[in-house]
Amino acid sequence: MSELVQRVDLIFGEYSDQKYKTLQETINRQNEDIIKDILDSGLRGRGGAGFPTALKWKFTMEQPGEEKYVICNADEGEPGTFKDREILTKVPRKVFAGMAICGKVIGAKKGYMYLRGEYKFLLPDLLKEIEVYNEHAKEIGIDFTIEIRMGSGAYICGEESALFESMEGKRGEPRNKPPYPTVSGYLNKPTVINNVETFVNVLMICRIGPIQYRKLGTLDSRGSKVFSVSGDCPKPGIYELELGMPLTQFVDEFGDGDTKAVQVGGASGFCVPRKKFKETIIGFEGVPTGGSMMIFNSSRSMYNVLHNYLEFFEEESCGQCTPCRVGCQQLRKGIEAVKRGEKPVIYLDQLMKLSETMKITAKCGLGQSVANSFSSIVSNFKEEMIY
Amino acid sequence: MAATNNIIKGLVEKYGRERTSLMPILQAIVEQNNYLSDYDMTEIARELDLSAAQVYGTATFYSFLDTTQRGKYVIRVCKTISCDMHGKKLILQTIENMLKIKTGETTQDKKFTLLETNCLGWCHKGPSMLINEKVYSDLTPENTHEILAEYMSK
Repeated sequence: MSELVQRVDLIFGEYSDQKYKTLQETINRQNEDIIKDILDSGLRGRGGAGFPTALKWKFTMEQPGEEKYVICNADEGEPGTFKDREILTKVPRKVFAGMAICGKVIGAKKGYMYLRGEYKFLLPDLLKEIEVYNEHAKEIGIDFTIEIRMGSGAYICGEESALFESMEGKRGEPRNKPPYPTVSGYLNKPTVINNVETFVNVLMICRIGPIQYRKLGTLDSRGSKVFSVSGDCPKPGIYELELGMPLTQFVDEFGDGDTKAVQVGGASGFCVPRKKFKETIIGFEGVPTGGSMMIFNSSRSMYNVLHNYLEFFEEESCGQCTPCRVGCQQLRKGIEAVKRGEKPVIYLDQLMKLSETMKITAKCGLGQSVANSFSSIVSNFKEEMIY
Repeated sequence: MAATNNIIKGLVEKYGRERTSLMPILQAIVEQNNYLSDYDMTEIARELDLSAAQVYGTATFYSFLDTTQRGKYVIRVCKTISCDMHGKKLILQTIENMLKIKTGETTQDKKFTLLETNCLGWCHKGPSMLINEKVYSDLTPENTHEILAEYMSK
């Protein structure tokens, strides 16, 4: 690593010397104090959307009723993202401890982890660790148990309300919002659903305190982030880095010297071309990411990249709302027609309009975010779409 | 059929009759039989007091819950961008040639099914594939040949 890019060792750092030590210390604190610490830390959700974690917890805590749930979203399906797999392999205990803290704060007795079907090979080890957790929880008097539910190969189930539907034994079709999960989530009960990495961040905030945590990152993007780096990169893999880094720095460190574009945030994120590397910040003040960083060098056809994304969205669209179901197909067919010369170049403008329409009319994040990659690739690499 | 009935009864006993038990039950049957037959789905519907359409609707939504017969070993090759860029096509060709089937097909002896799938989460080690639930990454035509030969001799 060069001096500019510092690796952080927060998420993947070693367990505390005693089993579930931080959890044990935290459960004796006041709920309001814990929420205040998380709020002060500036932590925003690590799944990609970046909602302030403390508010999510606070809203759920304030809901009346005995029955509430904590759900860990381990349905990591965004192309180019594989950090949750690494977290669940290396530090699962931190995830369960984070979930237990959440359970205590919001008053839930039951937590679930929704693990994607593709990661079923992780299940035996996770179940062992859960057994350790459940036993330990009993010993220290925490009334919060954790179970695992499996997904079965559907990207859309990473969308929180689709995930609830799936856990309820239904098709994974997103719900209308509001009501939000904090009011009506799993089984229509108040639910906190967070990404795997978010729960680990909470635990680390409880361990090192918000002041220490805030030293990492920038004003809008506090803390560290686990990045999944892939594509045309001499050293692809998982890297825990501070948020708020300029993309130039990232490319200097991870690119192969011939980087043409970086897809930040996966297929539903943005494609940044070389000329914009300097002005682009990786973080909530610039281009946000759930961790996915895919690097493309000049040998790659951006038409092929976009075509691959559109095929992906077309297959993974749940089919419930028309803008997304039909829109994804038409975008793919449209760029194919332009490439073959059957449609004039200005037809690309029509397609851009269609993607913008999907952004405002699609029911959930999937259909809404197709426009991110579509317009950023088409507008920056127009000649590659045509010739 | 009696054997299937017993399996389903056992699963219902284990997971319960709630709607929330549906996914675990469907997943367990696929794990045992590699797919869900019409008979399985109607029986599950009866046990959980759901309509067969509800069970079928749920099952067909998920790409890992197959409702057509699959081979004993289901091979799913990742086709998403990173794996695609790093030579997924050659891997598919290697497997197609060895098994003498096209992508999407099942061998006559019902031992293998070859499918493509979306991102498996091994983008830094592409191309990658799943054989049932086992992951194989950093694939080359050579090591794919070796891996598959081992399964073929099983």
